[in-house]
Amino acid sequence: MSLAPDATVVLLAVPLAASALLAVLPSYRLSAALNVAAAFAAFLAAASLFVAAPRPNAYIVIDDLNVVFIVLNTFVGFTASVFSATYIAHEIDTGRLGATHLRFYHAMYQFLLFAMNLALIANNIGLMWVAIELATLTTVLMVGIYRTQAAIEAAWKYFILGSVGIALALFGTILIYMAAQPVVGEGVPAMLWTTLIEHAPQFDETLLDLAFVFLLLGYGTKVGLAPLHAWLPDAHAEGPTPISAVLSGLLLNVALYAVLRFKLLLDGNARALAPGPLMVTLGLVSTVFAAFMLYRRRDVKRMFAYSSIEHMGIIVFAFGVGGPLANFAGLLHMAMHSLTKSAIFYAVGQIAQVKGTQQIAEIRGLTVSHPLLGWSLVFGVFAIVGLPPMGVFMSEFLIVSSAFERAPWLALTLAAGVLLALGALVLRMQGMAFGAPVGPTAPAKASALPMLSHFALVLIAGVWLPPPLVAWFQHVAQLLR
Amino acid sequence: MKGLAFDVSHMLAGGLVLTSFLLLYQNRLYALLNMYSLQAVVLSLSVAWQAFVQDASHLYVTAFIALLFKAVVIPLTLHRIIARLGIQRDVENVVGAGTTMLAGLALVALAEVVMLRIAGGADVLAREDLAFALSVVLLGLLMMVVRRNAVSMVVGFMSLENGLILAAAGAKGMPLVVEFAVAFSVLVALVVIGVFLFRISERFDSIDAEALDSFRERGR
Repeated sequence: MSLAPDATVVLLAVPLAASALLAVLPSYRLSAALNVAAAFAAFLAAASLFVAAPRPNAYIVIDDLNVVFIVLNTFVGFTASVFSATYIAHEIDTGRLGATHLRFYHAMYQFLLFAMNLALIANNIGLMWVAIELATLTTVLMVGIYRTQAAIEAAWKYFILGSVGIALALFGTILIYMAAQPVVGEGVPAMLWTTLIEHAPQFDETLLDLAFVFLLLGYGTKVGLAPLHAWLPDAHAEGPTPISAVLSGLLLNVALYAVLRFKLLLDGNARALAPGPLMVTLGLVSTVFAAFMLYRRRDVKRMFAYSSIEHMGIIVFAFGVGGPLANFAGLLHMAMHSLTKSAIFYAVGQIAQVKGTQQIAEIRGLTVSHPLLGWSLVFGVFAIVGLPPMGVFMSEFLIVSSAFERAPWLALTLAAGVLLALGALVLRMQGMAFGAPVGPTAPAKASALPMLSHFALVLIAGVWLPPPLVAWFQHVAQLLR
Repeated sequence: MKGLAFDVSHMLAGGLVLTSFLLLYQNRLYALLNMYSLQAVVLSLSVAWQAFVQDASHLYVTAFIALLFKAVVIPLTLHRIIARLGIQRDVENVVGAGTTMLAGLALVALAEVVMLRIAGGADVLAREDLAFALSVVLLGLLMMVVRRNAVSMVVGFMSLENGLILAAAGAKGMPLVVEFAVAFSVLVALVVIGVFLFRISERFDSIDAEALDSFRERGR
């Protein structure tokens, strides 16, 4: 290994160092600024990977697949840190969080970014597992930070379900090693993506099949696939809103990335079971289930958490269908969902702060009392339900039409789920955005910039995707088969 | 030597499954913890035997962690927590002991059937070990499902994790086994701290409609 600091070292070292430093810094203004700066540095390092990717070694691999995830992750991590800085100031003013909590919060935020970056660039399936476990534990601690009864219950539920998921994923990881060991030989090489994918055709197929079932259930718990999703709505609703945005926009994607990697191994082995139908089933069940659940929600953050389950279902469905077009659409949908959903959470976080409640019934007439926030919510909901011309429309259209060629009935079911969700979200949004305003009308203090920049990106992506990006996504889609 | 190595590791792994069954029908918390200690001792013996057979010295570290942490520290801490918090000593089961045992038997049969289908590839020793490990994992999951009490749910999770360590130790030459053991110890320690700090004595029963109403829909 060379000692020259390449981009991957920055990706890991900066958040880790920032986390240690933030744990001891007393002033929250300074920590918030440092948090933003560190997240921005990580984003720059990630963007540089497009230009010059380091060669894979025993710890780290950068290929065309994970660059997409890393750049998306660090970008949303950065904008969420900007939002978090102003969000936190309000929490200090209202006394919901104290100085010690904030030190803890900022240190954990950077540690979470570190763990997610590590999970994405790890070449070793064991290292990736450890990183995802760390990310889970960090988010558990952050979900419970308000120490209310509901927050602790949510954190505990997340902890137990997440731990079981993590345990199943480890069993799958061990099985993968056992499948690889007779072919690749003992020791570290049998756990590296680079050697695994090369030798996948010779692996024992029954071991691979079994391993994938465990990995899909284990990491699928973290993706939030029904029926393993029970932790997700609580964790989103009770934690600080920047963390809801990070959970929905980033952590779910990291778990999805793990599933995709293992799917590649099975795709590479001609005798192994086809992973597609399993993923299609789980994806469809999640989408339709979440769409129905959306109708009975009374808490706005909980509602958008169910919307995340729906969208993760759509993405898993797309990758399950497979083929260049569906994979392309899945990748695009993942990116669009991350950007849109985190922006919605930025808006919802501010709304909850100015109104002092997360109850949908107690929020009315936002477009009158807070025009910017109100119209942002309207735009965000239109974008997430997949109305044209926003990016989500394009990706959902591609997914449904590519699935229609292969399995019309499945495509119709998915479309029905999407339409059901549209109905629920637009219905609830109307009540919140229009009508006569009730409750406090104090202006929002948080910065609207992160939210608006995400919305602008989503709108631009819906109208015009830059050709290099399209080429990149197409290349990755072919890689995924 | 080959025959003896096989038989001993077989016996120890089988012992682990047996202790999992013993855990299933304990109806007092202290007895449950003692039984868990016993399982941890069997696990550490099993891992140590694997270390000896495979000539892998790092596995001795894993065995030592299992012995010190799981057989002594965790059960003692949980003992003290139960006493301090005055948690009810009887374990409430959602399902009766007989039904639970039958379900456990079915799960072990399932694990064996699944693993025996794996013919080629892995060697016999590793395969048998894996079948036992999968049984322990499934029995741990079963225990988490049938118990109402938070501490016994934690014990269920820890026994599930013992199955994972057994599987990892049985996979010949697998790197990072020590790291996995440490990572899980951290996880378990946090669970225990959680139980203590937040005085969680009941588990969350997401199947229980009443609990759902109070939690999810009390106007939230």
